[in-house]
Formats: sequence, structure tokens, C-alpha cells
Amino acid sequence: MARTRIIEIDPLTRVEGHGKVTIHLDDHNNVDEARLHIVEFRGFERFILGRLYWEVPVIVQRLCGICPVSHHLAASKAMDSIVGVDCLTPTAEKMRRLMHYGQIMQSNVLHFFHLSSPDLLFGFESEVEKRNIFGIIEAYPELAVKGIKMRKFGQEVIRATAGKKIHGTSAIPGGVNKNLSLAERDHLLQDIEQMIEWAQEAVAIAEGYCVDHLSLVQQFATFNSSHMSLVREDGAMDLYHGVLRAIDASGNVIFDQVDYRDFNDYLMEEVRSWSYMKFPFIKRRGNLDGWYRVGPLSRMNTAGFIDTPLADDAHQAFRAFAGGRPNQMSLAYHWARMIEVLHCVEKIRQLLHDPDLQGSDLLLRGERREEGIGVLEAPRGTLFHHYRVDNNDQVTFCNLIVATTNNNEAMNRAITQVAKAHLSSQKTIPEGMLNKIEVAVRAYDPCLSCATHALGRMPLDVALYDAAGNLLEHRVKDGR
Amino acid sequence: MSKQFKFEIDGIEIEARHGQSIMQAADDAGVYIPRLCDVEGLEPQGSCRVCVVKQNGRVVSACTQPAIEGSKVENETEEILGYRRDLVRMLYHEGNHLCPICEASGRCELQAMGYRLGITQATKYPYLQPVRPVDASHPDIVLDTNRCILCGRCIRASRDIDKKHVFEYVGRGIHKRVGVNGNKLADTNVELKDRAIDLATCPVGCIIQKGRGFFAPIGERQFDKKPITLGVGPGKGRGKP
Repeated sequence: MARTRIIEIDPLTRVEGHGKVTIHLDDHNNVDEARLHIVEFRGFERFILGRLYWEVPVIVQRLCGICPVSHHLAASKAMDSIVGVDCLTPTAEKMRRLMHYGQIMQSNVLHFFHLSSPDLLFGFESEVEKRNIFGIIEAYPELAVKGIKMRKFGQEVIRATAGKKIHGTSAIPGGVNKNLSLAERDHLLQDIEQMIEWAQEAVAIAEGYCVDHLSLVQQFATFNSSHMSLVREDGAMDLYHGVLRAIDASGNVIFDQVDYRDFNDYLMEEVRSWSYMKFPFIKRRGNLDGWYRVGPLSRMNTAGFIDTPLADDAHQAFRAFAGGRPNQMSLAYHWARMIEVLHCVEKIRQLLHDPDLQGSDLLLRGERREEGIGVLEAPRGTLFHHYRVDNNDQVTFCNLIVATTNNNEAMNRAITQVAKAHLSSQKTIPEGMLNKIEVAVRAYDPCLSCATHALGRMPLDVALYDAAGNLLEHRVKDGR
Repeated sequence: MSKQFKFEIDGIEIEARHGQSIMQAADDAGVYIPRLCDVEGLEPQGSCRVCVVKQNGRVVSACTQPAIEGSKVENETEEILGYRRDLVRMLYHEGNHLCPICEASGRCELQAMGYRLGITQATKYPYLQPVRPVDASHPDIVLDTNRCILCGRCIRASRDIDKKHVFEYVGRGIHKRVGVNGNKLADTNVELKDRAIDLATCPVGCIIQKGRGFFAPIGERQFDKKPITLGVGPGKGRGKP
């Protein structure tokens, strides 16, 4: 009788949130399937019901401590619609953009330097004792300091625009509650040129990794998929606002110029019994073939160009790396992420020199509506917030498709591919082998707390079960 | 002119007029006694007990107890501060005070009092987590009694200044809450211009004006720059939030 074994990785480490991986082996220890499970549930969509619409941008940002700005702004965009405002004042729009660029910069830097650099610099199967941020600080102190200071700069941008580094309150329905004072502007300008220089270095590191490890990058968790993101109407990468564009694995357009308020006509979500994270797909392609990827890699693939010169140069090199076709390499997410950091820093520099940020026209009001949809590009991908509000100003409906959720199928495919390549026919489970699974997940920088609305750390726990469900072997890594 | 006399608060001699409460005399002398249910312009009712002091060794509420000539009042002693901390902690625990997502955060007197008293983490009391509905039926005003501390300031303002009797206590004991003169707020004659609706009247985020939440940026809210004290809060010279 054939025997099935299941390897369970719980908790996953160096990612945001809590999840586990199970790897299903057949009788010959070959990998049959791997699954990324999201095992906790938070339920923001439910307990937001009955609250007042202007509270929503402040409440839902509590989904996350890493990317609260993304939720704050997506909800604010939805609430702009509720108060009948389709176009903000220049000051309000630019304040929000500045906040958003600071957010993406700090989040991407956090992921690259704090979470992923140990894998890239020491190797996937290097000593586990040093494969962490403290190992980086010891071995590459100058690089570690740059990473920490870059993240600090991004946080300072958020503080100046949102009021606090984490969970600010400045985006309100129809605008913002503050502008950027000259003192705040000058404080940020002091370091901006240094940030440009360091962002370029970070791009060079990430690019260098991909070039130097070409064979690995081309094979590790590489698979064809569609890609989706917001882009500006002229095709430029735009992280805050735009139209939806999706392309297939060959680069052919699936849809383009789609008003994001119509996203329900193009996307659907599937529920699977073993995970609290849903599986979105492109409606017209069905749930089996309609899955897609989002995030930095996808944004590089969907965007025709980047409207800041240094990042655009880097984008062109990135596109050339894949021969002009969509880049399907999961490890290239890191490179794409650093190009975005460079783009954000360039955008921040532009905005800091824009006098509109000192304007006093902060808020607009229009004709009240019952439904609002806000979409933007969060660090991890396209983020959808959809609400309905009744005549008493209370929320009656809420649906969030969080960036990481869009990558659910892709992450499952990534770990399946890596597991099949590296775990098949193995009788024992060396720690470094497990880390390869985590590296594949980590490339997507998943924020599982956001995606599932689950609380907690990200543990990694691996267990072997026989076909009868008996535990054969169990290894745990503490997420703390 | 009323008769003048002297008494001591924490060893400091202050003057008072006949008929003044301890708190009124203290306010005139520039001595702050913490409070939540008392606010300038409304009759004191001594219900929150945060203004608890000892007058000649006896525990009293400073807002309702007359000053006594030659008496010694203890205000900022460790014993009194301990009473106040416990009282304020219990207010936190019997309501649903979610400061991080409350639009009153930064101008909330309960929050400011918590900071003043050093209450920065969960305490020994259980959270009661009551289930209370939000009354958003009125076009301009919301009543969210999850945040109510039963100070009665809205009740007194509506009754004594607005002459409308929109708000009143209903229920008894732990079930006591602020109700409205009708099935819901929209059934009453309450208006935005009423003193009961003034944001300076409600010390927390129970009575809020629709669509104006989070208008004040972090750093510019009432208690962002100065902690709650005399002139920065509900006592004399209390400014608009």
C-alpha cells in the first residue's frame, strides 16, 4: 500500500506574519505537492462593520505594523469616493504620495537588508547561527548600518507626513490633515542625496547577485505566470494611483486601462479548505489558469517605463536580463524591490522640492456616495479595499484583497517547485534544505498577518507523518 | 464681598471665599486637582471621584466639598494618587476604550488623565468588554457609548444650559448608561450648536460630530504638547479641543 508522508514547516521565519508549509511526499519520498498554509484568522472585514467611515483608514491600518501606510491610504482612497471626491487637492495628493514612497522604501529595505540578505550573502544552507541580521551586522557592518539608516529615513518620511512612524492619522476622507512644514522638509532634505547613493548601491548588490548566480536565479522557483499591477495611464510604473494592467507569461496583455473601481468585473477569489488566505484569479481565465503574480517583479514586468531616470535605467537593465520577456524568476523579486527603493527615493527628492507640499488647501468634499473602492500598489503588490457605507455613515460591507493574497498561488507553486527540486528522495531533513523552502516564500516578502488578518509571529515547524497520520519526525524553529 | 479665609493644600496656604468648593478655591489659587466629571460652566456632581482628596483626614470629592477655614487638604500624596489610579483604571476596564483607533485620542481627558497618572499598560482588573450599540442615526452627531465614562457632562449641559434634556442616565448599577430622550438620537431635538455637543463637553469620544474625525494632526492635538493640568483640560481656562 502506498504511503504518504507530510513534512510540516511551522513556523516560517523571517517573513511578516504566521504561516506554515506542508510538503507531501509519496511512497518513494518524492515530493507530490507543497502548500503554504495560513493558519490564523483576524476578521477585520467583519468587525469594521458598524464603524463610522472616517474611522476606517485609522482602524484597518492596524492590520499591519510594517505596511500600515498602505492600508491607511487604500482605505482613504475608498473613503474619498464615499465623500464624493475623485481628485484631491495637489497638496493632499502629494502628501499622500510622499507618505507612500516613504512606506515602500522602508518596507522594501527592511525585507532586503534585515530579512533576505542573510540568505543572499551567506548562502541558503549556511550556518543557521549566523544566517540572520545579527550575522550581517557582524560580517558586513557597513552594509547593515546602511540598511538600518535607509529604513530609518523611510520611517522619518512617514512620520513627517502621517504624524507617526507607525499608525499615523493624516489621510482623511477627501484629503489630508496636514502639509509638510519647511522644518520637516529641510530635515528630510539633509539625507536625501545620501539615500539616492545608497539606493543605487542596493540595486547594484541585488543586480550583482542575480548576474553572479545566473544559473541559480534562472532555476530556483522560476515558473511562468501572469502578472498584474496598477500602471499610470501612459504605462509608467505608478505605486499610488493608475489603471489595472495584467499580462500573460509571454507578455501579452490580458487587460489594460481598467478602472480599478471595476476590479470585481475582472478578478475573483477562491476559498480552499486548508488555508485562511484566499486565492484570487483573473475571472475570464478561470480559477485554474487565472492565477497571477503581483509585487515588485510584476510591476517591473507590467510597467513600460519608470518616470525617474535612475530607476528607469535600472528597469531597462532588469528587462534586458530576461531578454525583454516577462521575468519569471522568484529570486529577481529582490532586484526589482531595490529598483523600487531607488524609484521611491527619487520621487521623494522630487516631492521635497515641490512647493505644493507647503500648501494649505488640504480637504475637499463632494456628493456623498454609498460605495468606495481604493486600490494602490503596496510594497508586496496590488492592494484592494472595497467598502459600502449606509446613510448613517456606518460601514455595511468590507472586502480586502491584500497584496500578499494575490501571490498565494504563486507562493504555493514556488515552494512546490523548490521542494520537488531539492527534497525529493531525501530521507532526512537538513535545516538548510528547509531554508530553501523559506527562501522561496521569502522572495515574495509575504505579509501573512495582512493577508489573512492573522496575529502572531511567523514560526517554522517541519513534521513527517506516515500515511496513517503518525508523526515520524518533527523539527521546529522558533519565530521569536 | 464673601468672607475670605485660608486653608492648606499639601502644605501650601491658599485663600478661599465662603461657599467655594475645595476645587474652586484650588483653581483660583492655581493648584490643580485632577478631575473628569467636573467642567467649568456646569454644576459639579462629584460622580467620577477622580478629584478625591483628604480634608482633615477624611476622603472627599474636591468638586463638591466646601473648603473649610484652617483645614488641611491632601491632594498629591501617594495615597491619593493611588486612589485616582485605581478609579481611572476601572473606567478603562468597564468601557471599550480603544485609544489607537479613537478620534478623540490626543484630546481625550480620560487618556490624558491616564498618562498623567502613569497608567501605561493593562492593569489587574478584568476588561468587561460590554456590547454597546453605536447610535449614528442623527445626521450630524454620533453617540458611541462604548467610550462613555458616565461623567454626566452632556446630561448637565443639555439640561442646565441647552434646556433640552436630550441626555439622561438610564439603567442601574453596572447597567447604567447614558440614554437619549427618544428611541434614538435622531428622534431628539439635539443640534450641533448645543453645549452638550461641544467637543469640550464630552471628555472622551462618546459624543462626536460626524465627518470631522482626525482633523487635528498628531502633534497638534490638545494634549500632544502639554499634559492635562490647570488651563489644559476641563478646569479654568479650558480651551477648545
